Amino acid sequence: MAEINKNEVDIVIGAVNADLTQFLSSWRPFFSGFHLIVVKDPELKDELNIPDGFDVDVYSKTDMEKVVGASNSSMFSGYSCRYFGYLISKKKYIVSIDDDCVPAKDPKGFLVDAVSQHVNNLEKPATPLFFNTLYDPYTEGADFVRGYPFSLREGVPCAASCGLWLNLADLDAPTQALKTEQRNTTYVDAVLTVPLKAMLPISGINIAFNRELVGPALVPALRLAGEGKVRWETLEDVWCGMCLKHISDHLGYGVKTGLPYVWRNERGDAVESLRKKWEGMKLMEKSVPFFESLKLPETALKVEDCVIELAKAVKEQLGSEDAAFTQAADAMVKWVQLWNSVNSSE
Amino acid sequence: MKPTPMLKDELDIVIPTIRNLDFLEMWRPFFEQYHLIIIQDGDPSKTINIPQGFDYELYNRNDINRILGPKASCISFKDSACRCFGYMVSKKKYIFTIDDDCFVAKDPSGKEINALEQHIKNLLTPSTPHFFNTLYDPYGDGADFVRGYPFSMREGAITAVSHGLWLNIPDYDAPTQLVKPLERNTRKFEQTSFAMPPFFLEPVLLFYLLVSVLVKCRYVDAVMTIPKGTLFPMCGMNLAFDRELIGPAMYFGLMGDGQPIGRYDDMWAGWCVKVICDHMGWGVKTGLPYIWHSKASNPLVNLRKEYNGIFWQEEAIPFFQSVTLPKECTSVQQCYIEMAKLVKEKLGKVDPYFIKLADGMVTWIEAWDEINSPDGAKAKAPVGKDK
Repeated sequence: MAEINKNEVDIVIGAVNADLTQFLSSWRPFFSGFHLIVVKDPELKDELNIPDGFDVDVYSKTDMEKVVGASNSSMFSGYSCRYFGYLISKKKYIVSIDDDCVPAKDPKGFLVDAVSQHVNNLEKPATPLFFNTLYDPYTEGADFVRGYPFSLREGVPCAASCGLWLNLADLDAPTQALKTEQRNTTYVDAVLTVPLKAMLPISGINIAFNRELVGPALVPALRLAGEGKVRWETLEDVWCGMCLKHISDHLGYGVKTGLPYVWRNERGDAVESLRKKWEGMKLMEKSVPFFESLKLPETALKVEDCVIELAKAVKEQLGSEDAAFTQAADAMVKWVQLWNSVNSSE
Repeated sequence: MKPTPMLKDELDIVIPTIRNLDFLEMWRPFFEQYHLIIIQDGDPSKTINIPQGFDYELYNRNDINRILGPKASCISFKDSACRCFGYMVSKKKYIFTIDDDCFVAKDPSGKEINALEQHIKNLLTPSTPHFFNTLYDPYGDGADFVRGYPFSMREGAITAVSHGLWLNIPDYDAPTQLVKPLERNTRKFEQTSFAMPPFFLEPVLLFYLLVSVLVKCRYVDAVMTIPKGTLFPMCGMNLAFDRELIGPAMYFGLMGDGQPIGRYDDMWAGWCVKVICDHMGWGVKTGLPYIWHSKASNPLVNLRKEYNGIFWQEEAIPFFQSVTLPKECTSVQQCYIEMAKLVKEKLGKVDPYFIKLADGMVTWIEAWDEINSPDGAKAKAPVGKDK
């Protein structure tokens, strides 16, 4: 893999758990030399436990209130706390990993450097306009196959790199509850671009993006009424991902999926999560036809404008379906305001 | 884990060949119970050597001319595109087609891959063209839909095509082959591979002999559905499909002798097939299984064949990307005839070849319907039969 410029990267960790010792110690070989932004869930009462030896800035509720005001800090509760890190970062690339994940091992037994893999994905072009059957054509030992149009071989800028998970995969509660013993053991050695117009559920567990390109498009917007502190009880990242993909498609950027893998530790109880009224399912069903038919205006050329237009459409077309959508639309508008105010005072 | 059904009475293996079928010896454990349809290209007076014990029917050019009469003009000569004649005369539900220089590959654990079994698994399980699953094929063993995948879409769509991949010699176009003569797509952990192409007689390429190369490798352990609305380059080397569903759209075009283009037969079929599958709501999978592709064809010869294609595909791709088939097209044949009309209209101005090709597409459908009609079984028996 090509050498990366560590000064261009911020590693943003949302601390939903207080004790980050095991997490950070296990990532030390790969986080070392990078600047870390740790954002504490404003609802977390305990003090954070962070081992020494990292170049890290920690942000808590007080810091959030200073930057965005007391009324807006609720936007960053739970898993959404990491978005505050995205907001105040000044770097080109963000890599974000959930605090219950450790480095995975590849089939040779070597630990996977997820940070380098993500940044490499972001630095190389994406190919959303035509599917390459040998997957990422820019990787060593691969190329475009016969029949791939030459005019499309330059690719487009990559906006996001969505990684995967070994052990506890990112399944929803009903699926995990039904298959309690199922663990993901298959290491699929590929990175590929998700084609133009194809929708996908982007997971926030292991993700990286080009902040300079699409930062405002990662919106902390959709909050489930019963949102909890396990991924089974959230949908914020899936909604964010639908928005991000749609905006990337509109602006001509690409979204990659595949490597790197992280190892996701056992946490939570799927059956327990099932007991809560699982409205995420309902909201997704309503979101899909909306995104399928959505067309952003040609005049929306900046990411911020795309988010505003998207929010408008959400309010108009989905607002009456569920209050969660109206709140999401408002949050998206607020997010763009915050983004512009925080990032203009530079 | 349920065992995969063999489908031995429901699947034909179609193999085009011009030399011999020695490669079948390696496939014997996997192919022996199936019926083979062999399309002998080139000189019909030549005898193709077929290993003992296989149940096959063989068609040479004389058979094709006899069976189709004037409609035989739609079947290519001196090009493996002639294989689509095999699809037409088959009476089975499924087709698996493979090139005669493709061998059994091994997975990273060293186990031999039963490519046919994997294709059957792919075809018998649904596809997911309407929403991408980040853990790839959710119907595979140990896999599932991820969080956020809409429940209403989890039944999936019927799978029409299973597109397999290749280890060793990757399916590159001529310019890429020329630039990267040593590149191999090989199984992980195998450190050396010998390049023994057939063009060792060309002085400028003699250095290929006895070259051993250390290469990075890519065995990608996944099957995935190509999303609706996305085109891809379909390779005919290792391909299976539901003939009853999509067979009429699997026309491999006019290539080879007397034609200005070659090595775009499967590409052309793939673009037509994908547009029609998208229209009909069917899925196309790609990924596993891998086969071992042994023969690197001469890149300079390939360049001559592909030359026009390289330019024409720049026109063809936007054409296929913009095609909308009318709602009234409810059968594959109707879709295909409509496509032929559009090809003539929109691509005819790129080169007169496309007008000929559009006519070939119509002839193909007419021939297909004739052969596959209830009295189409009056198609006379082919020359070679064994077992």
